Amino acid sequence: MPRGTVVIDAERCKGCGLCIAACPQDVLAFSGSLNKSGYDVAHMERPEACIGCAFCAMTCPDIAIEVYREKVPS
Amino acid sequence: MGNRLLLRGNEVIAEAAIRAGCECYFAYPITPQAELLEHMARNMPRLGRTFVQAESEVAAVSMVYGAAACGVRTMTSSSSPGISLKQEGISYLAGSNLPAVIVNVVRGGPGLGNIAPSQCDYFQATKGGGHGDYRLIVLAPSTVPEAGELTMLAFDLADEYRIPVMILADGMLGQMMEPVELPDPVDPNSLPAKDWATTGAKGRAPNIILSFDLDPEKLKTMNLALQEKYARITASEVRYEETATDDADIVIAAYGTVARIAKSVLRLAREEGIKVGLFRPITLWPYPYEPLKALAARVETVLTVEMSAGQMWEDVRLAVAERAETPFYGEFGGVVPTPRAILSEVKKHAR
Amino acid sequence: MPVDTANMTKVFQRPRSLTDARFTYCPGCDHGVLTRIIGQAMDQLDITERTVGIAPVGCSVFAYLWYKCDAVQVAHGRASAVATGLKRARPDLIIFSYQGDGDFASIGTAESIHAANRGENITVIFVNNQIYGMTGGEMAPTTLVGQRTTTTPEGRDPRLFGYPIRFSEMIAQLDAPAYVTRQALYDTKRINDATAAIKKAFENQVAGKGYSLVEVLATCPTNWRMTPIQANEHVRKTVTEVYPLGDLVDRGA
Repeated sequence: MPRGTVVIDAERCKGCGLCIAACPQDVLAFSGSLNKSGYDVAHMERPEACIGCAFCAMTCPDIAIEVYREKVPS
Repeated sequence: MGNRLLLRGNEVIAEAAIRAGCECYFAYPITPQAELLEHMARNMPRLGRTFVQAESEVAAVSMVYGAAACGVRTMTSSSSPGISLKQEGISYLAGSNLPAVIVNVVRGGPGLGNIAPSQCDYFQATKGGGHGDYRLIVLAPSTVPEAGELTMLAFDLADEYRIPVMILADGMLGQMMEPVELPDPVDPNSLPAKDWATTGAKGRAPNIILSFDLDPEKLKTMNLALQEKYARITASEVRYEETATDDADIVIAAYGTVARIAKSVLRLAREEGIKVGLFRPITLWPYPYEPLKALAARVETVLTVEMSAGQMWEDVRLAVAERAETPFYGEFGGVVPTPRAILSEVKKHAR
Repeated sequence: MPVDTANMTKVFQRPRSLTDARFTYCPGCDHGVLTRIIGQAMDQLDITERTVGIAPVGCSVFAYLWYKCDAVQVAHGRASAVATGLKRARPDLIIFSYQGDGDFASIGTAESIHAANRGENITVIFVNNQIYGMTGGEMAPTTLVGQRTTTTPEGRDPRLFGYPIRFSEMIAQLDAPAYVTRQALYDTKRINDATAAIKKAFENQVAGKGYSLVEVLATCPTNWRMTPIQANEHVRKTVTEVYPLGDLVDRGA
């Protein structure tokens, strides 16, 4: 499995939780950290499990997530 | 040069629109403007232009909105109840600074009324039948040839000021036939480009057509821009005609078909020694307040004659104020005043 | 938090046809997902520079802020008629309208049906969340029986207010439409399907195939009084029972 990682734009995130539910690898969770709008921003709780499938990004209604994937699986 | 044909008012308006370069025409059938629709149905496709019979007057004015947004010359036509349906769309056109031509062949009202001529939509046309602080340029032809000229002018004014322009005709003008010299078609390449239009954002920032801002200060700015435009139009585009007013004691104020009838009255009255003149507004908005005010200072009486319960009469009183007497004679329900009836009113008020 | 992307390929980012503007939609609202999908279709078909979008009245009134193409904001319900005017005037432009339940299926009923019936070569996206969002949660013609809204506080009673209207099925009856489909966004599979459907609806217009309608079952967590996750589950379990997913018309090749 390739490894992946996501970059979440904290100020776009509205803490809706859909990315957390969509992730098949349980990578994401609420960070407990509020952004300027007062939303609890999602973050990678288990970054090592990310496979870069981009389900989170597809589900995100605010296009707050960018996804990277390793060029060669490790 | 143009050719001379015997045509009815509705057809002349349609043909003039074609010659003015109207690319898209959308309308719903309603009496008494059916011939306008039919002329467009026969001729627009033949010229490779767009004709759509819309599902309602509401849809038609929205189609006009779309065509206007992407920069083409476009028109719709209807009669009184259909124009009521268009009011929302007209407000949107005005608020979005879109050019368009709207023809109202006025019939008896209110409600379903009848299909005979009337002038009972003056308020609707000039005082804003739709919501918000907006104005339309309103042109009132009184003969069939003038209907053609003003239709061509309407497209030019609409484009120049990015404003909807209304041709306020009536059922008599729409139906009557007169010899008309048709103008040469406008060369579409001579028309100035519309760089604000939604023609596809290639090599430029996107163009957005809208009449909306949630921020009150920004909407105020949009409104101030509209008001500034209206002030420019008021300063430059007033049109009116005075006939036999130089020595008049009493002046008839009338527009459209009634003004035409009043011209016969001038002759009849003067034969009886009454010095009558005629003040005929051609632009109902911007209304010729200043010329009428100046004229009122020189006469005893300004008699307003309309096929309504007294709509333009209010603007006459606004212009004239205390300078002269301002009686009114109206006919409604589609009844057209005869020259004799108007003469009788003139005699009542003349010294 | 810093991440090491040096040896990685970016596989997902914002479509270039969308601006950087932050969406004004509620947390978890499907409008955002759908807007991204439309932007992606515009990217893939390279049509941004000749597209004109039509923004309705409703939560998506600000749609003109999201795309890098020309746009027209129009009166409530009239988008299909405005689309007709735009497309007839400039057939070379790609015209799409984006409307909610009130706009498309209530006040815009006549315009929606007749643009479809004339077979206007346009792309129509109908967002069905069974409620009126912008105005605070009133009943829509698409509201489910028993659903509580501000104008059906005891739940929609069909004896008083009729049944949920299946508009796509009505449009599918007409002879002219080229493509009529109902999609959803409640999980990644549905998002993938909807992505393909939206792309097809634009491709059809580019190819001059006629009228395409994509009805999208969407969530309104705020007015449904649910979390976004509950709202997606509600669509999956309940809404799709009333509004079946799939292609109703596809005159294809």
